[in-house]
Amino acid sequence: MKKKFKCDIDCANCAAKVEDAIKKLDGVNDAKVNFMMQKFTLDADDARFDEILKLAVETGRKIEPDFSVEV
Amino acid sequence: MTPKLKQELRKILTGIGIFFVLLILDKTGAVPVVFHNRLLSFLLYLIPYFICGYPVVRKALLGIKNHQPMDESLLMVIATIGAFATGENSEACAVMAFYQVGEWFQSYAVGKSRKNIADLMDIVPEEANVERADGTVETIDPDEVSVGDVLVIKAGEKIPVDGEVLSGESMVNTAALTGESVPRSVHPGEQVISGCINGEGLLRVKASKEFEDSTVSKILELVENASEKKSRTENFITRFARVYTPIVVYAAVALAIIPSILTRDPATWIYRACTFRVVSCPCALVISVPLAFFGGIGAGSRNGVLVKGSNYLELLARLDTMVSDKTGTLTEGNFKVSEILPAEGVDPTELLRIAALAEGMSTHPIAVSIREALSAASDFEVNTRLVTETENVSGQGLIARAQGKAVYVGNAGLMTAHSISFHKAQDPAATVVYVAEEQRYLGAILIKDQLKPEAKEAIREMKAEGVRNIVMLTGDRQSVGDAVGKELGLDTVYAELLPQDKVSKVEELLKGLDQRGHQQGKAELAFVGDGINDAPVLARADVGIAMGSMGSDAAIEAADVVIMDDDLRRIPLAIRIARRTVGISTQNIVFALVVKILILILGALGIANMWAAVFGDVGVAMLCILNSMRLLRIKRSIGADQ
Repeated sequence: MKKKFKCDIDCANCAAKVEDAIKKLDGVNDAKVNFMMQKFTLDADDARFDEILKLAVETGRKIEPDFSVEV
Repeated sequence: MTPKLKQELRKILTGIGIFFVLLILDKTGAVPVVFHNRLLSFLLYLIPYFICGYPVVRKALLGIKNHQPMDESLLMVIATIGAFATGENSEACAVMAFYQVGEWFQSYAVGKSRKNIADLMDIVPEEANVERADGTVETIDPDEVSVGDVLVIKAGEKIPVDGEVLSGESMVNTAALTGESVPRSVHPGEQVISGCINGEGLLRVKASKEFEDSTVSKILELVENASEKKSRTENFITRFARVYTPIVVYAAVALAIIPSILTRDPATWIYRACTFRVVSCPCALVISVPLAFFGGIGAGSRNGVLVKGSNYLELLARLDTMVSDKTGTLTEGNFKVSEILPAEGVDPTELLRIAALAEGMSTHPIAVSIREALSAASDFEVNTRLVTETENVSGQGLIARAQGKAVYVGNAGLMTAHSISFHKAQDPAATVVYVAEEQRYLGAILIKDQLKPEAKEAIREMKAEGVRNIVMLTGDRQSVGDAVGKELGLDTVYAELLPQDKVSKVEELLKGLDQRGHQQGKAELAFVGDGINDAPVLARADVGIAMGSMGSDAAIEAADVVIMDDDLRRIPLAIRIARRTVGISTQNIVFALVVKILILILGALGIANMWAAVFGDVGVAMLCILNSMRLLRIKRSIGADQ
């Protein structure tokens, strides 16, 4: 399942770092953190989507404390 | 300004206010008891330091906790701790405040430019008014509209989904989608496209697509994804940052350790190393390039040019060859009578009347154009009952019996076959129709596909934008192609091509470009077509440009650049935007690198202090952002007089 969310990310470099880290998570097929549009796209396994989304946001916040996603 | 930014600004200003009070008291020596006590003075300066710099300190600590150290927050903290340690309390505070002001301006400017660009794409309808079977009107989210629903669109509202007008007449404003400022009139039975704004009248529209499949969603999706298709410059910067960042980190560490041991003066060298590290932050580089391209995409979409990726802007800027289709792209694609050459003693309107009569109600383009010319010249209506029989002569024309007389309408072959003497018309670009009644030659009618009125200007502008070779491909006769080419000032014309020949011609041109283009630095080929039947060529070219595509899914799908209406002048405009974008991104890179390297060297030598370093980091980033925003000022200079 692929879903798009509004997100808050402060800089282009951080967006790239957050995106890389989320892509590496188990169960994530693809992820995009679009700095310009402030959009976060997550493509992950259907069954565990909510769980993975939560994990992805946590991972992102570890790298960039100001990263937040409007679910 | 967002609430978050407002709050941050308040904190920074409070901190700076307190700092200045302390600084004045400190420097004027008003309360020597306090400021001569090193610990007390330090504690006092910590107050504004934390009010301004708390987020930085927090981020630095979180960075250590999450094993993401060596970011600029941590560096700022180390640098300022260094300053405090050497007793430079006021400098520690000032640098932190300055850094925070810079950071604040940077988020403000980025946010603003992002919003400016996003506003250009403000085409998303907020709500839809659906008329239910019992006549009540319900307001729902556009997402919930189903195909077949009847929508009521009041004056000034956005059309939520694509649909067909059931009743009502209005002028709709398509500017957000096409850049075209003149509204389009719509009548019952016509298609309307989501994202357009309804003018004066009330429209009832039957939804023909769901929101997700409607034009507005497609376009938005496309523009959002465009910033993800990275240009070569962006990829270069990303790769560069990956190599550059560890190098400067190691250089900073070396700068802190080696001279410290040699000179036994660690305080100076650690401070210099921190200065070095702050200025070396790659943020300005990483942000300025994508922002320039994003600005370019935004400027394009405001002008009715959708660019599907940053990389295509880069290719457009290096365009060498423009290949164009003829019919429907350079020409209107419909035939018109361009000249009437009656034989001596024949009235031109009479000539048209007889020809139209013989052609009857045929839908052949030639018959249609003759009928149109006749109705423009007189109010005579074709009375088909006067025609008693019609015989089609394949490849020559037709012979009809009207009012008891044989009428011959056709090409030179038809005249010769019936041994009618005629005057040969000399216009290579036109299709010539000769008309005779019994054995008497009445005259000739010349029919031409009309060039688009703006085609010549568009071609000239493309040349001015540096396109070297403009090529036209057509399936039409060589003489027609040559005439069009000459009139428009094209460089090369390839005529009498079958659809598959067009692909191989483009491949041939691409090969030629590969061989010669590399020395010139310009090696790209664009193909422009109306999106009908030319998907393979659009795909084969470096940049495929589709024209007049509003609402045509196939064209939007196949092309890399979509011109929303059919105004050819948007192509040179797109090239201009692309060149400006690439220019600005290059300026940003060069500026950021030069300033940074300069401050890096000066910092290592101890000439540039922390102030200069903070400028080298946030100041440079801000200037790059402001430079990128210049792109948004490119406005359509075309069609303004229409």
